[in-house]
Formats: sequence, structure tokens, C-alpha cells
Amino acid sequence: MRVAIVTFPGSNCDYDCYKAFRDVMGVDAGFVWHEERSLDDPDAVILPGGFSYGDHLRAGAIARFSPVMDSVAEFAEKGGLVLGVCNGFQILCEAGLLPGALVRNDSRQFRGETVRVRVENDASPFTSEYRRGQILRFPIAHGEGSYVADDPTLDGLEASDRVAFRYVDADGRATAEANPNGSARNIAGILNERGNVLGLMPHPERAVEELLGSTDGLGLLRSLVGSLAEAAP
Amino acid sequence: MSEFAVEVRVVPRAGLLDPQGNAVEHALRSLDFKEVADVRVGRLIRLNVEAASAEAARERAEEMCRKLLANPVTEDFRVEVA
Repeated sequence: MRVAIVTFPGSNCDYDCYKAFRDVMGVDAGFVWHEERSLDDPDAVILPGGFSYGDHLRAGAIARFSPVMDSVAEFAEKGGLVLGVCNGFQILCEAGLLPGALVRNDSRQFRGETVRVRVENDASPFTSEYRRGQILRFPIAHGEGSYVADDPTLDGLEASDRVAFRYVDADGRATAEANPNGSARNIAGILNERGNVLGLMPHPERAVEELLGSTDGLGLLRSLVGSLAEAAP
Repeated sequence: MSEFAVEVRVVPRAGLLDPQGNAVEHALRSLDFKEVADVRVGRLIRLNVEAASAEAARERAEEMCRKLLANPVTEDFRVEVA
């Protein structure tokens, strides 16, 4: 089993992903430079956090046209598991692999803190180790994390159970105060129609050891690795 | 073929929260420009485009907007050819 981590100029969470998969999960992980045309047949693809191309124009707008992205789209098309974290989520939206877009936080601040999210879908390959309604603590670190989409898109996401995570308070309520960036309907992460592409702004890969303040990200990594193991012949 | 100076204006879509615009509006009002409202901050992209005609240059620039320069989910654009 091998996980490919795509590195763009400006990615800065690529090693966090690498360490989380290799050291914590014991999975073979490797980097793929954005100029590569092939992913070399991985079992899952991670688009890590960071500031690809300096976030120039819009976050993720330029990375979306990196040569490697054709292979990522093809991989997703074939049903391969693709996880986009933070800048990776922005890139997936820009690439049209996920609907909507991420815009500047309504607070106008870069937010770097630990937030709470509620698991809204526990049936996806990324969330099967959680239970619906479970509250997790994940770190965030972003200036452009406000999820926007038109109402029909948002209604569609809700109706098809594709909102994976929502920002909530300690009591599990999706209040405005618990929403760190002004995301529509407190959305923190979404799935594509088929359920094989997940984008989220919080960083599960930075919540995998007690030292980091939370181990709640382990469930996501275990879900992903578990579904790969199940899929393997 | 000739070269045309093209200006592309990209602005946040109406109805979409524009924190940058809000910040500028607050600053202006605190400087006593109380008459301002609805400040939106967008982006001006100026480029030269080689094309057979001004219309052709516009068409290419609009294509650039749809593909890269603007995000149709969050932004509107306007193209002006000098």
C-alpha cells in the first residue's frame, strides 16, 4: 500500500502528511513533485496544506493547472481515494473535483488554533472509523477557509450526505461562534458525489499524536488505510 | 496581428461577503468619509494580447477569465480592450 503526497512549490504540510502516514500509520508514503505527469500507481493521493504558488491570484488557482493534476483527476475518476487538506481542499475546489470555493475568512484574520468539528457522515472511506455526531478536535491554520457555494449546491451536499464535517461548539452545536471562518452552514469538509474525494480545511494529519494536542485525526487516517486494505485483493 | 492592451477587472460576486471591502469601508468611515457604503475590493489585471482584432483579443481574454483569472463560483469579471 502506497500513499502519494503531491508537493507543489509552497506546500508546507507535505512532511506532516508523510510523517503521519509513514511513522504513525506505518504506511509507505512518497512525494510526487507537481511537475510529474504520473503518480506512479499509488493507492491514495494526498494534496497537502500550504501555500501553493504563494496563493497568488486565488488560493489553489494556479496549482490546479500543475501537470500532475491531470493524473490526480484521472485517479479520482477511476475511484481512487483523494484527500485534500487545507490548501489541498482549495485546489480540489479550483480543479472542479469538489463543488464550491474557499474565500477569505470573514474575520479577516488568519486563524491558527484548535477547533471542534462534528462528524456528519460516518460511512465514507475517510470517516468509517468515526461515528456520526462524534466531536473531534482538529487544528486549523488558514486565512482563506470560508466555504461558499450557491444554495442549490449546499442543499445538494446536505441532501446527499456529502457534508463530512461541520464546525461546532463543545456541545455539538453549529453556531456562528464555533465557525472560525464564516463557512456556509459551518461546513468544514465535503465529499464528492462518489465519496472517494474528501476536502477539509482542518488538519487531521496534525492531530495524530498526544504531543500534538489531539489524536482525533487518527480516525481519518485509519479509515482511509482501512478502506484501502479492504479494497486490496 | 496587432497587440491590444486589455484590462480585466475581477470583483467578488454580489451577495458574497467581502471581508477586504468591509475592512476598507470601516477604515474610510473612521477617517470621516461617512458617505461611503458597499465597498468591494477586487483585482485589476492588465495584459497585452496579440490578436487579429480587438474583438478577438476580448474573446481570448474572456476565455482566460473563465479558465484562470476569475473563479465563477465567487467572482464576476469585466474585460476592457483599449
